[in-house]
Amino acid sequence: MIFTPDFKLAVGPIEIAAASISMLFVVALLAALLKNSQRLAITLSFFLAAVASLLSVIAGIWAVGSGTTNQIVLLIGLPDLPFHMRLDPLAGFFLTVIGALSFFVSVYSIGYVKGYLGHRSVTSLVIFYCLFLAGMFMVVLADDALFFLVSWEIMAAASYFLVIFENERVENRRAAFLYLVVAHVGAIAILLSFGVLAGFAKGPGNFGGYTFDAMRQAHFPVEWATVAFLLAFFGFAAKAGVVPLHVWLPEAHPVAPSNVSALMSGVMLKTAIYGIIRITFDLIRVFPWWWGAVVLILGLLSAVMGVLYALMQHDLKKLLAYHSVENIGIILIGVGLAMIFTSFNQPLYAALALIAGLYHTMNHAVFKGLLFMGAGAVIHATNERNMEEMGGLIHHMPWTATLFLVGCISISALPPFNGFVSEWLTFQALLLSPSLPSPLMKLLIPMGAALLALTGALAAACFVKAFGVTFLGHWRGHHNPHAHEANWPMRLGMLMAALTCLGLGVLPTFFIEWMDVIAEQFVGSKLAASASIHGWMWLTPVSYHRASYSGVIVLLGILIVISAVYLFLHVKPGAIRRVPIWDCGFEKINQRMQYNATSFAMPIRRIFGFLFNVREEVNVVPHAGHKAFPKRLNYRLRIRDRLWNWIYKPIVGISFWVSRKVGKLQQGRIQIYLLYSFITIIILLIFVR
Amino acid sequence: MNPYPLIVEMLQIATLIVLAPAFVGWVRTLKCWAQGRTSAGLFQPYRDLDKLFSKDILLPENASWIFRFTPYLVFGTMVLAGGIIPILSIDLPLAPTADVIVIVALFAIGRFFTALAGMDIGTAFGGMGSSREMMIASLAEPAMLMAIFTVSLANKSTSLSQIVHVIYSGQSVLRPSLSFALLAFILIALAETGRIPVDNPSTHLELTMIHEAMILEYSGRHLALIEWAGMMKLFLFVMMGMALFAPWGIAPRGDIAAIPYALVITALKLGVMGIVIVSIETGLAKMRLFRLTEFLGAAFLLATLGMLSYFILD
Repeated sequence: MIFTPDFKLAVGPIEIAAASISMLFVVALLAALLKNSQRLAITLSFFLAAVASLLSVIAGIWAVGSGTTNQIVLLIGLPDLPFHMRLDPLAGFFLTVIGALSFFVSVYSIGYVKGYLGHRSVTSLVIFYCLFLAGMFMVVLADDALFFLVSWEIMAAASYFLVIFENERVENRRAAFLYLVVAHVGAIAILLSFGVLAGFAKGPGNFGGYTFDAMRQAHFPVEWATVAFLLAFFGFAAKAGVVPLHVWLPEAHPVAPSNVSALMSGVMLKTAIYGIIRITFDLIRVFPWWWGAVVLILGLLSAVMGVLYALMQHDLKKLLAYHSVENIGIILIGVGLAMIFTSFNQPLYAALALIAGLYHTMNHAVFKGLLFMGAGAVIHATNERNMEEMGGLIHHMPWTATLFLVGCISISALPPFNGFVSEWLTFQALLLSPSLPSPLMKLLIPMGAALLALTGALAAACFVKAFGVTFLGHWRGHHNPHAHEANWPMRLGMLMAALTCLGLGVLPTFFIEWMDVIAEQFVGSKLAASASIHGWMWLTPVSYHRASYSGVIVLLGILIVISAVYLFLHVKPGAIRRVPIWDCGFEKINQRMQYNATSFAMPIRRIFGFLFNVREEVNVVPHAGHKAFPKRLNYRLRIRDRLWNWIYKPIVGISFWVSRKVGKLQQGRIQIYLLYSFITIIILLIFVR
Repeated sequence: MNPYPLIVEMLQIATLIVLAPAFVGWVRTLKCWAQGRTSAGLFQPYRDLDKLFSKDILLPENASWIFRFTPYLVFGTMVLAGGIIPILSIDLPLAPTADVIVIVALFAIGRFFTALAGMDIGTAFGGMGSSREMMIASLAEPAMLMAIFTVSLANKSTSLSQIVHVIYSGQSVLRPSLSFALLAFILIALAETGRIPVDNPSTHLELTMIHEAMILEYSGRHLALIEWAGMMKLFLFVMMGMALFAPWGIAPRGDIAAIPYALVITALKLGVMGIVIVSIETGLAKMRLFRLTEFLGAAFLLATLGMLSYFILD
């Protein structure tokens, strides 16, 4: 599916992308001007943001489809280092992914943000929303270290202000602060990594080394390349929420407005994936196999731990946030395998693994965006984030329920939706380990397949819980539900995302053919030559005999059987009578007897509880008459992340300790400060001369 | 176009749909004999299904479309899986649709919706069944894929038809790793099809139900479809095990004459497997729910041993 315009255009994809970014800055300005007519500001700004996102999608699809690379140098930046922008297929792919979800979410926001009208001013939300989108687009287009970091900071700062939007709650401010700290620790690591690379590209002191072009041409000694990679991986892993750097993610993502959560979880995390791929496959290019092993192992760890944490949650948005940790892990499995296969010089297999990772990147963006939008609609309708207080919403919000269900099926990796395709490709890549020369790798990588299977199965359990407790059964809450269906723009945003989930699941060969050029550029082999050789219906990675999958036929097959059975059974219509629940003859059932999120996860909590810090308290208030019939039962459950105590608490303690020691320097007396200056000058005079 | 594969495909799906209740009838009959009871005969499952199909549906007041859609979906996934797993022949037009990972996922989607339907009506039993079913599945699925991967690594394919083809062409030899994988597969198959010691298909004792608890509120043709799908699932697991570990008898590519022979062999295999299942079920007691971790953990360990021995010994 190569996109070639048959007429000559004066503009190329990169100009369209630049126009999209400029447009977002203008919209941010416009929103500031429209402070006094909020309703108009919402409709107009989000509509224009949607148009800008669409422009980016066009630019991205074009850049990947044509396989070309365009560069421009902007007139702003440092004197010796103007901003460089470059749109190659990899950047184009991420531009498409970010743009597509931004488009869905912007449409959704037209309806969603109106919910704040009358409560609070939304001007800051609109402004930072636009800056946030612009920041993400700029990150993938940046072609020098400075511009990259400036964009990275715009993205981080804008998202910080979005997280803190509902700032009257203490937990929101705490979460935002934690997010800011982790984002900046990560940014420092990335900065240092670029510093190392730039130093070897053109020598220290030369600003030219900071352009990515200079780094691409440089040769790095392996030990310094390793330092740069580890620093960059640390920085990007902190942004992506890789275990054990994930603690900020489930705090910060849920407290933001839901449209922002959708973008943060769906696409902001993907900029970190972009960074990892850009640095390893494009800038450093030659690397030992163990880098890939590091990425793979952390990916597996994140996948399993992420889903287990998610299962323990009863806050709908927190649950979804933990699933982002899981899915980032699945993406990193693909990327890590691609690195391993590349360093052992097996380009076809590396292409399969890389495409699997990228495909999951795209899938996760769409279904996680959809799920957060659905969660937003639920919270909008019920004013409740706690699943224990929900239930039966499918009767009040049939649209939202059905669209949310599509997201649940997709993320649980069930055919024929999109999550399955990428996990299937990842399985296929994992099963190619016997081709590796290292016996250890041969042996351990299939274990990774088992962990991935565990992740998929647990994710299905988690989404049965999430959907079942939120939308099915009876209302569990104490107050009466006034739930109402989401409005049309919100439904439209979710509907488009849901249809994209189905499209990506049923027609994977088209998308793989489109993005194949990235694999060709970075690992030197195309996948489509084997993946779609038997026509668009059949996905056959590596070879037809190895494995094949056809989403279309699975979908059609199930539909045909269902309709045939349905029609066959309805030739002679049998009566359907609505009756009260039978429940084995038990008559006094009420809605508090339903399973809820905590009880649903109880068996899994009991099995995997050793991974968490679980404290369970049961307090029985005995009845005066007989102790077998307690008057009241108090149940308290607290689940904590062990890693917080093991890793973060000591670090926080040490930083406070160091701050207190350093604080002793601050005496508050001018004489002492003058003494400091004097000593500093003396020392400088001695050393610098 | 050669009509032969299409006819085989139809024949195979028909075999699955028609024979599955008979196989369950055979297992029940054997069980009755083993326990000294009088059996209701091989055809009792057909009579049960017929009875359910002719009854009205009593739909719980709170049931949503998910509750009504699930029986059809579960039936549909089973029939589709039956078109892919080689039962009579490997010459199936549908075979390339799905490899063994997709088949596992097809079973998973049926389970996903059954669990949702269990939660839909809002009873404690429904939720309990769903919660337990998903817990067992999440432990069973990795073990099952590990067992299957051991076989597919040995045959360099995850497609069932291709695995059978490779075994026929003599490129595959008997390996020690396969015996571990087979043991693991049997344990997992018992868990996945809800047999003793994991679940008891004939229990109606409330607190021990798993699968039955989820479908407690179903009636009429909905229940008939779910029951039938459950019978097909048992049938398909036996057939999947046969294709992976003992494919002899399945007609090879392009061999029409072997089909009647394949039918006979299939019936024989089913007969033998019925005896195996009944001896396991009669010999063991149902396990407590949290002992299942050990049971499924053992299955996973066996599968892992199989994989290790594939790389070390073979």
